[in-house]
Amino acid sequence: MAEQLQKTDVVVIGLGAVGGVAVLPLVSAGLRVVGLEAGSWLSTRDFAPDELRNNSRDWPQSVQKANQEVPTSRANESETATQGSGHPMMNAVGGTSLHYWAQSWRLSPWDFKVVSETTRRYGAARLPADSTVEDWPFALEELEPFYDKVEYALGVSGIAGNVQGRLNSNGNIFEGARAREYPMPPLRSSGFTDMMSDAARRLGWHPFQGPAAINSQLYGNRPGCLYHGFCDRGGCHVSAKSSTAVTTIPEAMKSGLLDVVTHARVMKIVTDSNGRVSGVEYRRGNDTLFQPADVVLLASHTYENSRILLLSTSGDFPNGLANNAGQVGRHYFSHHQGAPVTALFPHNLHNWYGLPAQGVAIDDWADDNFDHGDVDFIGGGNLWVHTNRRPMSAARMSTFGRAPSWGSEWKAFIMQNADRSNSSYIQKTTLPYESNYLDLDPTVKDRLGIPVIRITAEYKENELKIAAFTQDKMEQWFREAGAVEILRSGLGRAMGPSTHAYGGTRMGDNARSNVVDRHGFAHEVPNLGVLGASVMGTSGARNPTLTAQALAWRTAEHLAQNWQRIAGA
Amino acid sequence: MANNKNSTRSTSDSSTAPRFSRRALLKQAGVASAVALGSSAPLANAASDHTPPTGNSIPVREAFETLTAAESETLDAMVDRILPSDANGPGAREARAVHFIDRALAGYLSSQRTTYALGLLAIDTAAQTQHGKAFHLLAPAQQDALLQAVANNEIDGFASTGAAFFSLVRNHTIDGTFSDPYYGGNRDYIGWDMLGYPGVRMGASPADVRDEETIAPSHQSAYDLPPFTKQPVGGA
Ligand SMILES: Cc1cc2nc3c(=O)[nH]c(=O)nc-3n(C[C@H](O)[C@H](O)[C@H](O)COP(=O)(O)OP(=O)(O)OC[C@H]3O[C@@H](n4cnc5c(N)ncnc54)[C@H](O)[C@@H]3O)c2cc1C
Repeated sequence: MAEQLQKTDVVVIGLGAVGGVAVLPLVSAGLRVVGLEAGSWLSTRDFAPDELRNNSRDWPQSVQKANQEVPTSRANESETATQGSGHPMMNAVGGTSLHYWAQSWRLSPWDFKVVSETTRRYGAARLPADSTVEDWPFALEELEPFYDKVEYALGVSGIAGNVQGRLNSNGNIFEGARAREYPMPPLRSSGFTDMMSDAARRLGWHPFQGPAAINSQLYGNRPGCLYHGFCDRGGCHVSAKSSTAVTTIPEAMKSGLLDVVTHARVMKIVTDSNGRVSGVEYRRGNDTLFQPADVVLLASHTYENSRILLLSTSGDFPNGLANNAGQVGRHYFSHHQGAPVTALFPHNLHNWYGLPAQGVAIDDWADDNFDHGDVDFIGGGNLWVHTNRRPMSAARMSTFGRAPSWGSEWKAFIMQNADRSNSSYIQKTTLPYESNYLDLDPTVKDRLGIPVIRITAEYKENELKIAAFTQDKMEQWFREAGAVEILRSGLGRAMGPSTHAYGGTRMGDNARSNVVDRHGFAHEVPNLGVLGASVMGTSGARNPTLTAQALAWRTAEHLAQNWQRIAGA
Repeated sequence: MANNKNSTRSTSDSSTAPRFSRRALLKQAGVASAVALGSSAPLANAASDHTPPTGNSIPVREAFETLTAAESETLDAMVDRILPSDANGPGAREARAVHFIDRALAGYLSSQRTTYALGLLAIDTAAQTQHGKAFHLLAPAQQDALLQAVANNEIDGFASTGAAFFSLVRNHTIDGTFSDPYYGGNRDYIGWDMLGYPGVRMGASPADVRDEETIAPSHQSAYDLPPFTKQPVGGA
């Protein structure tokens, strides 16, 4: 039987990018918090600049949990879902914020109002018929103060395009108003990024250096980025990357109120006879322990959030916790990050010592930043070029049809061109659809015998049209910059496991179509909160983490301010 | 501005000659010996025999962990045809890609050991059948033709297909030539120099990303850098 531990105020399941942020406002309000983390602590000594280990083998995830429970996936119900071999999420204190790219975006105003704004501007018929998209229960203005808090608590580098309505064309002029500048200037530019910015300006576009949760200069006691070139799937050897493991988590621990329990794999959220959460059951080694708590915050990333809820069945919740309305796992979507455009230049780009977050963005073709009167889709994509190159991947560069793939000619080609190509990163609006969802796989299980998540999802017409449209724009940009060859990769259809995974526990006022309310607490279970991109109902055209972190801070603050009511104390 | 500078450079860069300036290489010579002396990483020591790699044979003889003698000969000839030693300089053989693969097959890639055993046997058998000789004794043109037949799925005996095996070996040839020397390949930084990659270092200055003339190859392993030095994992 599970060993009963001493009760705490709040349990946070997963101390990653999102759970690792939520703990700070909780302890600041004087709440006692137990953070249950499946992984362990890692240190800068674990972050060697080693491409084979970081980018090709499965990195030092101290507990290879994510890799042992990779979701199966299929495009639609007529197929049988199959399981891929790995998933690059991290299991450690700090979670995936340890080795992520650290692009740190706010959503744009449109992302909160896709339904009403599309209807107002183009008519309701423009919304794809089978999409389940809803407006968020609030606008960007509601989230702005929390974006601000997270940017300053973590340390984000960037340049504002809109401070209280004053536009700065060196920043993103399409962004919503923010209260103040970023805490640090952007990461430095490079010869390559300057060349791309110049080309974009010649096209009449609005290039800007993107925001990164990476210090561009000394911030607190952490140094600025050293640009050694191994940031992509590598932890930072000098802690310049603002992961929660070196920012909010240690800050919260100073209070003495946060107890970090490593190697703690949560199995189940337990409910009492009143349909309220009473605590969580977790495994540590061979032990099974029960941690009682007044409130549980689930922050184990999108797939595991739905999985734990679906596995936490009880008399009151026979189909999974907070799932009596059948909404857990629904409204799932992942960012369309595929369909990149790759360019070959006739000169070296000097990109050996760059990083994915050091780059130039174009937002002119994202969201509703351009008139969609002449096109037959809604939304768009953010064009991103960045400096990121290492030798093993450079040797695997496309030969653009100019050389065979092995032998002396190939060798001569890569010797000449290893530093001459660049692959863009285009994140595109993805909508939720009725037929795209998560559930438990009926047959595939992890090593503990627990079913893994099954993804049933595919990109639809709207996503494919955006992909083709943004590829055209990207090609135009590369050509303007002097590219001599362009390669456009396929658009793809099946929406397999993704690092940018949304939905499954969507947030909204309507309890029949959403799992959590506007504050992040389950409609059906008042003392259960859910944190992460799993609550987001739209993706925007940019990485999710900062938004998920701002939402987490907001949920934690709401909990602290309404403690008696939510905790039922 | 960066634009102009880059396009001027494009003329001087259009040959495949070594990319480091003379000045950079001279600066580098001092750095390399200092690193070799100070290093405690076992592999850096093993590779500290800095005899320039020449000819077609492996300069350092060393036991294989899992490959048989015959397998190693076939594989060595194969990686040499994939990424050859030629007028443009040394290739995968000199970088000791086979030693990288051997160590990986004894450890991280052990699940592919049988795939290699069957694949190398199939190639050698085809060489014997077609030419009456072991694969590694064939002329380069004969080896190329045979490997192309493997890649085209024209030869039997592979764990899955010839194309899959060829692509597996090509991938591991790249890994073995361009990964950190810590793993047993990329001897004398042959792979990194081939690409003009100036090597691992703790950081890079703004000038380093605008003008390659200022940056000399570091010629060190990640595990030569003090924070990361540790014993190699068994079999890696
Ligand atoms: C290579 C890469 C690059 C990325 N780049 C960016 C980027 O530039 N910008 C951006 O915004 N996003 C980026 N992302 C995505 C980003 O990492 C995620 O959005 C973010 O980490 C999600 O935060 P999270 O807290 O929900 O999940 P995580 O950060 O993954 O944290 C979840 C934590 O929960 C723990 N956990 C899981 N299950 C259990 C359990 N049962 N019991 C206990 N603990 C558990 C895990 O061990 C982990 O520590 C990237 C991701 C990857 C892999």
